[in-house]
Amino acid sequence: MDSNSDFLVQFKNVQKSYDGVHLVVKDFNVDMVRGEFLTMLGPSGSGKTTCLMMLAGFETATSGEIILDGQSINNVAPHKRDIGMVFQNYALFPHMSVAENLAFPLQVRKMGKSEITDKVNHALKMVRLDNFANRRPAQLSGGQQQRVAVARALVFEPKLVLMDEPLGALDKNLREEMQYEIKHIHEDLGVTMLYVTHDQVEALTMSDRIAVFDDGIVQQLATPHALYDQPCNAFVANFIGENNRLMGKVIAIEGDTCRVELSGGGGIVQAKKINVDKVGDTTTLSLRPERVLVNPAAGVCPNNCEATVEELIYHGDHTRTRVSISGHTDFIIKVPNTHNQQHMQRGEKITIGWDTDDCRALDA
Amino acid sequence: MATSYSKVGEMTTNDGVPLKVSLQRSQRKLKIWAFLLVAPLLLFIIVSFIIPVVNMSLRGVENPQVHTIMPNVTKALARWEGVDLPDEATYAALVLDLQEGRKNKNIGKVASRLNYERSGMRRVISGSARKAVKLTEGPYKKQMIKIDKSWGDVAVWSLIKRESGQFTFSYLISAVDYRTNDQGNIEAKPENKQIYKALFGRTLIMSFTITAICILLAYPIAYLLATLPLAKSNLLMILVLLPFWTSLLVRTTTWIVLLQTQGVLNDVLVWMNIIDEAGRLQMIFNKTGTIVAMTHILLPFMILPLYSVMKTIPPTYMRAALSLGANPVVAFVRVYIPMTVSGIGAGSLLVFILSIGYYITPALVGGQSGLLISNMIAYHMQNSLNWGLAGALGFILLVIVMVFYSIFNKVIGIDKMKMG
Repeated sequence: MDSNSDFLVQFKNVQKSYDGVHLVVKDFNVDMVRGEFLTMLGPSGSGKTTCLMMLAGFETATSGEIILDGQSINNVAPHKRDIGMVFQNYALFPHMSVAENLAFPLQVRKMGKSEITDKVNHALKMVRLDNFANRRPAQLSGGQQQRVAVARALVFEPKLVLMDEPLGALDKNLREEMQYEIKHIHEDLGVTMLYVTHDQVEALTMSDRIAVFDDGIVQQLATPHALYDQPCNAFVANFIGENNRLMGKVIAIEGDTCRVELSGGGGIVQAKKINVDKVGDTTTLSLRPERVLVNPAAGVCPNNCEATVEELIYHGDHTRTRVSISGHTDFIIKVPNTHNQQHMQRGEKITIGWDTDDCRALDA
Repeated sequence: MATSYSKVGEMTTNDGVPLKVSLQRSQRKLKIWAFLLVAPLLLFIIVSFIIPVVNMSLRGVENPQVHTIMPNVTKALARWEGVDLPDEATYAALVLDLQEGRKNKNIGKVASRLNYERSGMRRVISGSARKAVKLTEGPYKKQMIKIDKSWGDVAVWSLIKRESGQFTFSYLISAVDYRTNDQGNIEAKPENKQIYKALFGRTLIMSFTITAICILLAYPIAYLLATLPLAKSNLLMILVLLPFWTSLLVRTTTWIVLLQTQGVLNDVLVWMNIIDEAGRLQMIFNKTGTIVAMTHILLPFMILPLYSVMKTIPPTYMRAALSLGANPVVAFVRVYIPMTVSGIGAGSLLVFILSIGYYITPALVGGQSGLLISNMIAYHMQNSLNWGLAGALGFILLVIVMVFYSIFNKVIGIDKMKMG
């Protein structure tokens, strides 16, 4: 057995350039475990779709190696890779019925007629479209087309399924529904999935691991939980979830914490040291809005700050409170609307506090 | 409440007018405007297209000559049974009509008309008319037969009776190489006189050939046009349209220069020793010339509809087919080509219908074997002046086009057709 047999897909130092001047993908390294749901998340133009297309075989890697199931596939034609793919606009063949669309990958593999019928029916049942077998794609709703596309990518039992922003064209409710449905299909079949999206909520709810892309580089590859709670740099902190940023300067480093003097004269706070090196570095402190406490009892939080309420926005389950702190006017606190919640007024002076672990000192 | 219900349950507006009436009233102004906007074009089409087409088609069945110029004979023959020679009264009517026709100088029309059906009738009618002027009293039967013994032939009288109606099918019958014999039965013309059926057949076969060649040539170009980057595809598009903007006559004559026996292509072949001096190929003034020149001229009509369809097909369909395991050829045949069927259909219909009625190019480069039915129609319009036959041939051509159009509509659907 190959020593890497646990890994279904490996990208090794993959680079891609379209014009010979700029690198779209700068240095991509990922090992995908069998059965994993891996998401590539990033803003548009960050290189994530290019990586997906290189794996599918529609783009060639400029340098580096892509390994599928222990074998380099750099020179394997797309139709021989045995990879299922769901496209952004589904790409269902308009001149074929739903059943014919599903039968297509089986027919080109020269399967027997009865076997094809069985597999197609099974796949249709899986996505709950058994009654739509003879419809044309144009006669289906967006969500139904999406399900057909997923079924078509799975019906020939590929080793790997790629999805390129498959839910982008759906409305919000349907998108959430489909997220769970795809997630369940993944769990039931145990198929390995590589998913591309720019929607962080989608990535967080569905993935086993997420690779955050920016500028052709994977900024962080981690579980959703780790990505949200422990972002490793300012880009990831900002891109995943909502984030408050406070600028400051490191004045002391004590083990894995550091003391930071806030710019604007807001005093000195403690923060977890993530990627600051030395005293005197400028740093961005990252704080999640829901981890900030309003008027904490004395001694609860190691860090306390004076703040002025600037704006209150009612959101039903919580109130977004915008406060100014140390010259930053866009500091957001999510205050849950529970029974004993105190009511704040605009212009009120409050104290806010947080745990040292929740405040992460990142690169400036 | 914006609406209320009257007793019978019909929807009415607030002031009690039925909703449908009110709706119609409110849209009437829009409809009048819409009609006024299309009225100039409608008028133009009626005057310059519909009326001439109907007029020419009618000429294929109209038969006024005998009926109007020989009214007495027409009346007299109405009760003739056609077994023996007609009675004395009919001969008297004949003399009267011939004298009248000669005086009015229109008897020649009857002569030409009857000559189409039976050769020699021009001489019979004209000669008899000249001599009948001198006849003053009866009995006319004997004198007429003496003037021309054809008047003693029952077949001649049958012909006149047959063609004395206001309308006739004889042009249409003749246009498909049939004729009415002396006994009044419809039979095929002798083989050496059959020309139209073969000509229709040749027109159809050549139109099919040209359409097929156009599909084969246009498909790769249209595909290239639709998939190349914009700057390159624009340049290619100009190359496609350039001949389109050149005069038809110039393009056709250019082919003569290229293809004639002492032309460029033959010279090159001789120079390359592929053929020798004696073996120069005859590539123009025959079918080959017509097919080459017409394909060249009609090619843009195939490229443009194909291109407009291909332009709308995103590359993801081919990618999807590849990712599902189809090799590029299978993917192209089973996924790409079916999606371009409407473009193929539109282009084929255009090219086929245009080529079925094409006139100038076959006239210039067709020689004898490359002539099409439209050239024959033009011949009857301009040279033989047999407008009735020209009308009948044109009408049959129109019917053929209609038949192909409805087949196309059944198979592909005219609503799916996309033009340029």
